[in-house]
Amino acid sequence: MNGDIAALLLTLRLAAISTALLLLLATPLAWWVARTQSRWKAPIEAAVALPLVLPPTVLGFYLLLALGPHGPVGSLWGALGGGPLVFSFSGLVVGSVIYSLPFVVQPIQAGFEQLGRAPLEAAATLGAGPVDRFFSVALPQTLRHFLAAAVLGFAHTLGEFGVVLMIGGNIPNRTRVVSIAIYDHVETLDYAAAHQLAGILLAISFAVLLLVFATNRRLRGTPVT
Amino acid sequence: MSGALDARLALTLGGFRLDAELRVPGTGVTAVVGPSGSGKSTLLRCLAGLEPRALGRIQLGDEIWLDAERGVCVPAHRRGAAVVFQDAAPFAHLSVRRNLEYGLRRCPVARRQLGLDDVTSWLRIVPLLDRRPGGLSGGERQRVAIARALLAGPRLLLLDEPLASLDPPARAEILELLRALFARTSIPVLYVTHARSEAVHLADHVVVMEAGRVRASGPLREIMLRADAPFGEPGELGCVVEAEVVAMDERDGIAELRFAGGMLYVPSRLRLGEQRRIEILARDISLSLEAPHRTSILNVLPARVEAVYDAESPQPIVKVDVGGTALLARVSLRSLRLLELREGVRVFVQVKAVAVIP
Repeated sequence: MNGDIAALLLTLRLAAISTALLLLLATPLAWWVARTQSRWKAPIEAAVALPLVLPPTVLGFYLLLALGPHGPVGSLWGALGGGPLVFSFSGLVVGSVIYSLPFVVQPIQAGFEQLGRAPLEAAATLGAGPVDRFFSVALPQTLRHFLAAAVLGFAHTLGEFGVVLMIGGNIPNRTRVVSIAIYDHVETLDYAAAHQLAGILLAISFAVLLLVFATNRRLRGTPVT
Repeated sequence: MSGALDARLALTLGGFRLDAELRVPGTGVTAVVGPSGSGKSTLLRCLAGLEPRALGRIQLGDEIWLDAERGVCVPAHRRGAAVVFQDAAPFAHLSVRRNLEYGLRRCPVARRQLGLDDVTSWLRIVPLLDRRPGGLSGGERQRVAIARALLAGPRLLLLDEPLASLDPPARAEILELLRALFARTSIPVLYVTHARSEAVHLADHVVVMEAGRVRASGPLREIMLRADAPFGEPGELGCVVEAEVVAMDERDGIAELRFAGGMLYVPSRLRLGEQRRIEILARDISLSLEAPHRTSILNVLPARVEAVYDAESPQPIVKVDVGGTALLARVSLRSLRLLELREGVRVFVQVKAVAVIP
């Protein structure tokens, strides 16, 4: 049971950190994709969407190679003084961020596209600089999309299994997340423990989504466009 | 006090090419007119700094906003050129009051000359201050957007067809508010419109655009007198005179107005001493060689023919001089021939109708 609580806390920590990083990474990416007319737009969009279609094990396999001590990312990380990435919490964060990227980028991108250029142009002619425009117009008007992005990213990371299995393994307190713990319980035919953990995950997921839809309804009072 | 606006702009957008040169005085309202697709809005966007690929040069007073050859391009937020767009949308996430404060807060102290209280009462939006923009009517949204732009303390106010998407009553109401508003501020205004009537109501100067180029520009009166530069529909050809109400005949309901070329009698109730702009369309003027007696037409003025335009067309235009003020008259080709109208001929102008601009 103690192990299960540790797995639960680890999972929540992983999801929270990944979501925070994802928002930081996805916002400029979504902004660029929503406004650019560059010929790189389509390839970048396709690359971001890859985790939607690839089996997590395929993604995990490539990540394992890339993050390993001899892989391009792993060796660079090592050269910069970082510890090993595979079978570590940091590795899980990297994997989660890539795995959940489309779930965060796409709602934000849709928000920016819906926002259009007009409000930003109006703000510019009223004397607002680029950063000012982002925080005073773009962000408040796309708050609903950011909320959706954060929740999808968080929830998707909560349920992650295949990628974790490939690059994280099953190390208690470090890489043993809830989905792996449930799998273990089922493997050992400990259905009671599996039930308990699965029930908790179900409850958390439902609570988070409920919160979102309730907030969303309130935010809808202010149109997004 | 801003100086004149000098601009030379070139921009290619898809198949459209803007190649415009204009000089606009540093005060008053300049209407930018022309058919849709003639580049009016693009010109405005270039001036505001919203078209990053625009080439050329823009100077307002002694400030240079764009000098493509020297790599100078002041970004939109540092130009101080506030824009009101056709579908001006106040920021949806802010109340009307916060929308107005948005520009006010970003206005440099040195340029802060208008207060929220004044502007909101001029534009009659005080009751809307605590509302959300979502529930406002089209006219209300436009008035909020105009107030927001003014409160940003602009050096140049740019309006892009601000009344085009409104119904006629709302349009008339805002037109009247704008007239009073522009008279109160010294900010130079560029007003894009394809409605000739709006230009006639508001403008001191006119820039006529056609196919991405400036076809003509100058004071409203001069431009209206140019029969060669299309300004509105052919049937709308005419001119305006500034006149002062010097007497009011209450019995007949006739206002007597003095203009530079004489007197005009107008069936309209006006206040004594009022300055009004009077529009006289070319189709409402007829010419006669002798003074007509016992006519129902109130306004008969002696004049001299100055020029004849379109002498080959079925309906030539005759430009006449009435005591120093030029008027345009549309006559038939037959009248032109029978009356032998040509430069220097003395005639009497009969004005069938005039419009007092509100």
